[in-house]
Amino acid sequence: MIGQDFFGWTGKVLRVDLGTGAQDVLRLPEAVYRDYLGGKGLGGYLLRDFATLSPDDPALPLILAVGPLNATIAPTSGRCHLTTRSPLTGAVADSSAGGRLGTELARAGWDAVVIVGRAERPTGLEIDNDTVRLVDASALQGCDTHEVFARLRLRRPKGSIAATGPAADTGCLFASLIVDTHHAAGRCGLGRVAGLKNLKYLAVHGTGRRKVADLPTLKVAREDILRLTAASPALMGQHGFSCFGTGSIFDLMDSRRMMPTDNFARTRFPGAENLNAHAYKQRYQPRRHGCQGCHVLCKKIAADGRSLPEFETMSHFTALIGNTDLELVMQAGDLCGRLGLDTISAGSTLACYREISGEELSGARVLELLTGMGTGTGPGAELANGSAKYAAAQGRPELSMSVKGLELPAYDPRGAYGMALAYATSTRGGCHLRAYPISHEILRKPVATDRFSFSGKARIVKIAEDANACVDSLIACKFLFFAASLEEYARAFSAVTGVAATAHDLLLVGERVDYQERLMNARNGFAARHDDLPPRFFAEEGTSGPNLPIPPVPREDFLACRAAYYRIRGLTPDGLPTRETAERLGLPWPASLGGA
Amino acid sequence: MITLLAKYAAKLTATGLCAPGDVLLAALDDELGWSQVVESSDPRRGLMEEIFAGMSISALLLARPAGVYQAVMAELARQALADGSRSITPGDCETRTFLHDLPVVDSLHAVVIIQALRQRKGCVILHEGEAFVAAFGSVSPEQAYVTFSSMCFASFVAYFADHLRTLRAGAMTDQRRAAFARSTALLQDDRSDRPDLLPGPFEDEDAAREAMIQAGRSTVEYGLVDSYFGNISYRLGDTILISQTGSSLDELGACIDPCRMDGSSCAGLTASSEYSAHKAVYEAELAQNGARAILHGHPRFSVILSLDCPRLDCPKLGECHRACDTARAVVDATCGMAVPIVPGEVGTGPFGLCNTLPQALTGTSGEKRGAIVYGHGLFTLGAVDFRDAFASLMDVEHFCRAEYFRRVGELGPR
Repeated sequence: MIGQDFFGWTGKVLRVDLGTGAQDVLRLPEAVYRDYLGGKGLGGYLLRDFATLSPDDPALPLILAVGPLNATIAPTSGRCHLTTRSPLTGAVADSSAGGRLGTELARAGWDAVVIVGRAERPTGLEIDNDTVRLVDASALQGCDTHEVFARLRLRRPKGSIAATGPAADTGCLFASLIVDTHHAAGRCGLGRVAGLKNLKYLAVHGTGRRKVADLPTLKVAREDILRLTAASPALMGQHGFSCFGTGSIFDLMDSRRMMPTDNFARTRFPGAENLNAHAYKQRYQPRRHGCQGCHVLCKKIAADGRSLPEFETMSHFTALIGNTDLELVMQAGDLCGRLGLDTISAGSTLACYREISGEELSGARVLELLTGMGTGTGPGAELANGSAKYAAAQGRPELSMSVKGLELPAYDPRGAYGMALAYATSTRGGCHLRAYPISHEILRKPVATDRFSFSGKARIVKIAEDANACVDSLIACKFLFFAASLEEYARAFSAVTGVAATAHDLLLVGERVDYQERLMNARNGFAARHDDLPPRFFAEEGTSGPNLPIPPVPREDFLACRAAYYRIRGLTPDGLPTRETAERLGLPWPASLGGA
Repeated sequence: MITLLAKYAAKLTATGLCAPGDVLLAALDDELGWSQVVESSDPRRGLMEEIFAGMSISALLLARPAGVYQAVMAELARQALADGSRSITPGDCETRTFLHDLPVVDSLHAVVIIQALRQRKGCVILHEGEAFVAAFGSVSPEQAYVTFSSMCFASFVAYFADHLRTLRAGAMTDQRRAAFARSTALLQDDRSDRPDLLPGPFEDEDAAREAMIQAGRSTVEYGLVDSYFGNISYRLGDTILISQTGSSLDELGACIDPCRMDGSSCAGLTASSEYSAHKAVYEAELAQNGARAILHGHPRFSVILSLDCPRLDCPKLGECHRACDTARAVVDATCGMAVPIVPGEVGTGPFGLCNTLPQALTGTSGEKRGAIVYGHGLFTLGAVDFRDAFASLMDVEHFCRAEYFRRVGELGPR
């Protein structure tokens, strides 16, 4: 167990049963912290014994975890990681949330909060340092998230709040948790799991400080990281995230001809140049805003208080659904935030509906369908289960642009083959962040790779998945790794915890964390057939341009690369974990997987 | 992947950093590939296979630097092992930003090398009096290539700058002086010929791109950069054409971003990290001399001279790269050339060179318009094309080299 003289971690995990009201403090062996760090790793560790439970089983935990860097001066260490099993996909569900949630939880003295059970009525969980209360939140039932925040802030002006919207209560499988008004644990339906537990909100305020073993060395590591950040055009350049938000990628996706258009039928959207981040900046005069502990401040808030859309939202609510109205994107993004909908899944599901139905979507219709998704009534309610279930019900499963049932983000895989592989191998389904090959295939960091080649991509994707699993466990923001690397963050980690570790030690932790998720997915029936892209990408060209052909992804090359990935990852040819690799990584072999 | 391995191995020998046969590059996807045929009896093969087995990497380089790079790296490694630091800490900007320091080990054993590579991107190995370098990449062999050539550049700058500093401190020893003589004897003469660059002004994008590609290639061929880094830009109306971040100056090809000066597109997200500085220079020049070309290289003696300062008791020592407020310049009184030296870090941070360079550069006049950023490199201006910018880059570097040895001579046998 972790004692009083430990740094970085407190050694305390809070377990709350919403059904019984019971509260326990779990004390995990010290080795768990060294092997899994925190955040995503710790969340997976706390989930794995329950990973096959149905999302509506009260015993399925919803876990919020921080890492050793939270609430320290390590750059971008203010995030919080949420983990459970996805009601949308059946696979592992996790999401990194910004805002203040991670910092407050760490300052309150908790490494994680494990929420189980189902409350009889809508309930709030309030944590103030050691004091934990369950609060009747019936009055908030049906309220949108903005109203929830407004009401709670009257009573709790300090600290962080994560809240669900109507989508979580009414059964939307891609309902999100909204954090501090402008941030989200967006993907995989984490909000729906909260809704199934009748958890309306979580409010945390902490006044403690995390103990740091070697502050001078941490300051040096911080300086190294900040210096690298300043040298990054993508983060701090005139066209970068700090100036324009993540929407700054929009123009690149247009010029590289990989902007998903018309439900991924095309890869270039006429008029995109009028829908870019600059257009939003001119029209909405945003201010900079960021997560606690971040100097990049990539979040942009319009003068009227609405969040400017992130890149994915910008792209999916325009090109993907055939919309050229900037204000509609703002309204749709705002509505998703209020209802608690994941914008990627919502936009992609709309696009799927549009293609199958043949209906052109007016602005009013887009908002009507989103409202239906988020309230479970009226037009759009049938879309609340996501594009995969909707398309299957319509007899057109191939038109759901998803992997493992999770809708794809706004990078067309025909324009970046590493991205194609990474979409397929992601443990949570269609996700760009697990390996983030856009970093080298588009943004040229750490160096540029050939985006139309699978050569070398199997190992690159595997290493990047490990690295990002570690980043989500430390915790830091993955965007920073356009500039810095685990080399610098390993020094920050050692300075905080006093535990000697190199970048490669941390990579090994990341590998363990990733493999732990594959073991859970295997127990839930996932195999190679799920590590695949929709057939459209192998059969249809993108929108080619002069000297820039966008052919279909070569299927045989993709399969060969995936097979190589499996060998490198230590999986069977069917993409399943092996006992040998699990043992090498110190992971227990689940009995249900038999003797593989 | 094999093509990339062969390409970067060939680049290292072409630039004189390694002798042919003294560089071996390997890449691992699910199988290992090599930059050349390597016999199973070659001890490097077993060593590199062991390192691959002990690390999660994609590419690995093992090379023996040649010529003056061998001499200075071996000398610095000997010092690092002798004083117990087991690390070389150059003061140049590239190292401070991207490499931090260069670990030194004293054995060609895999376990020892792995231990160092788990800390940093590359390490120096002193083996039987000779320096070797191991460097890795997680994405591409290009990373290992860049790390190796940056380590050569950093060691060169560190060694020659340290020699001058030691002379100023009056701490020179006969042993060091002898080593310095051996190293300088290995220096190759500067090229005196000039490339035949395209004349401007360029009024369409294709012509401007062609001129940039040609000037970038020449900058590398004339050894005025480390690796292939540096950047280059040209103003075409209200658009700045600029090399992309991390692009090879000798292979610019499609790696040039058009950036609208009104900021109405973010397509320049991949533009050089110095775009802000370039833009500020052009904006100021529009109201002054109207220069349309900027060339930025890392000529070695310009960087070394920027690190040389007689104020050994300056209270800001150690912060020179970002806090120096002394007006400094490289001055050639014979031709009236005055090249200011300013502090500034890469990019746009509070100490970024975008805050210092534009004012210094646009404040210059005459035929040779340039400014040196402390420990980093030289930026030069061209009125309508890259001919004068390139000439300034060469001439300033030649002067700095001569001036360096003049100062060494002046400080004498201390």
